Amino acid sequence: MKRWIAFWNIVLKDMRAYYLKPPNISWGLLFPIAWTGMFFMRSGRGLESILELLPGVVTISVLFGTTSMLAVTVTFEKRTRSFERLLLAPIPLELLMFAKTGGAILFGVTNALIPIILATFLANLSSVDWLIVVPAVVLLAFASTFLGLFIAVSVSEVFEAQTFSNFVRFPMMFLCGLFFPISDLPVFLRPLSYLFPVTYGVDILHGAIRQENALPLGLDFLIIAAFCVALFAMSLKNIHRKWIV
Amino acid sequence: MVSTIESQEPARAPDQTLQPFIDVTNLTKKFGEITAVNDISFSVCQGELFGFLGPNGAGKTTTINMLIGLARPDTGGIQIGGLDCSRNPKAAQHLIGVVPDESNLYPELTGFDNLCFCAALYGMGKQERQARARELLETFGLAEAANRKFAGYSKGMKRKLTIAAGIIHRPQVLFLDEPTTGIDVASARQIRQLIADLHHAGTTIFLTTHYIEEAERLCDRIAFIVNGRIVQVDTVANLLQPVQGRHRMVITTDNAGADLCESLASAFPQFAFELVAEGQVRITSDAPLRAGSLVRWLEDQGVEVIEARRLQASLEEVFVQVTGIEAQVMQNNRETGRNA
Repeated sequence: MKRWIAFWNIVLKDMRAYYLKPPNISWGLLFPIAWTGMFFMRSGRGLESILELLPGVVTISVLFGTTSMLAVTVTFEKRTRSFERLLLAPIPLELLMFAKTGGAILFGVTNALIPIILATFLANLSSVDWLIVVPAVVLLAFASTFLGLFIAVSVSEVFEAQTFSNFVRFPMMFLCGLFFPISDLPVFLRPLSYLFPVTYGVDILHGAIRQENALPLGLDFLIIAAFCVALFAMSLKNIHRKWIV
Repeated sequence: MVSTIESQEPARAPDQTLQPFIDVTNLTKKFGEITAVNDISFSVCQGELFGFLGPNGAGKTTTINMLIGLARPDTGGIQIGGLDCSRNPKAAQHLIGVVPDESNLYPELTGFDNLCFCAALYGMGKQERQARARELLETFGLAEAANRKFAGYSKGMKRKLTIAAGIIHRPQVLFLDEPTTGIDVASARQIRQLIADLHHAGTTIFLTTHYIEEAERLCDRIAFIVNGRIVQVDTVANLLQPVQGRHRMVITTDNAGADLCESLASAFPQFAFELVAEGQVRITSDAPLRAGSLVRWLEDQGVEVIEARRLQASLEEVFVQVTGIEAQVMQNNRETGRNA
């Protein structure tokens, strides 16, 4: 019970101190709307393109919502030594890092809701399998948060975390099948696509929203879950190795 | 377990019959080729205020970091409250409170919220942590600033709130790393009083400092650490014993150099003379010192005497004797920002 009091208060503190600040709320609202609008106009095919765009926009919203603040909540706190206060708390490191990423996961899932809510007003979503969409969004939020965590604990400066983060996020956007199928990519780039956890999340969303998944959904879920475990484990290992010297 | 700071009883001498609450054996820590802590052993009894005194780079902070679980020892053992922390650094974290050498609370939270958050990290329920936060804000004279953001606090207020955060969960042992460094005199005095009150109330305290007078005034026992090694550890009374019967004086002149020391030594062979700073000569003797004859002799030589000051036996003298490091050097190093 005591551990969960600590866990919940770390999540709440991060939400209050970082995620629920006006710039982040406006960013969280505007960013998915802007992406939706941009791809909608670019498609030039009217409302029928909404379902086609939805998996990509949801994924981008989750990806940027989760990864953008971890450089602050983890790397900056490490730099200012307030992270030491957390390391000194009598809770296991796994639970501590899970709490530190909890805010990002919630923020990412909330961001994903915005394009989905917009889409309900613009398109017929009766064919969408929500029982697959919901766990897929949650799993995507976990995977991209842990990717952000892995980056945040691999560097020592906030700017390094942000640079490294963009270095991973932007290639991923174009290679993971967000807006055009992986099969349309040049052959030599296709193997790269399968190195990104987001690829499998996008595939699940394509399957749940448009029934056009490339891999079996069970396999997608399994692989993205494996990415989550591996990224979280590697982040913990990095903290042990670099921060508790 | 008592760690509220209301009690005003006099300080208790450590009960040496008690089992040590902190027990460190043959602790070593290397960073590459540099041995930061070299095979040190010591123990701290329950309720004791133990001082760790040394210059910058001596290994004080590295030792504290190993004790609190922020660094892993290369070799050696650490037991806190009977729990083996060398294998599992988190084993005793529920027993300890830490006040680091720099205030590391959250600038965007208020003083009250910072304390409540720190209490929550130790699993305290909402009502309990709010009551405890109010109690500590009151005790530390910060009640009026409770709802101000930590970022807006003065340095002294930040230190006080950081100490309050360190004891919010009523720890059995408190680690204080350089608690009065970099703050104004009045705040430093208040903090020393708070430390003394905590000690009176029975909290075991491990204090690192480079202020010799602070260690002398507050601690039951003190360890001198130099270049990663403990060179002496004893009670303040025992440490002072070798210098108790000696008489010392510092004479400040307008022009004192090594030559003057040699002339003085020839004229007064019963005394020992040492040039401690530009214009300052320290005189040591087993017999009582009379300033008059020394001053007259100096004036006869054409040297203007600005001040003649008798020195009390102090830990500073012991420290200089044992370590060969002048106390002022230690303090200057710290103030120029070269941290351990």
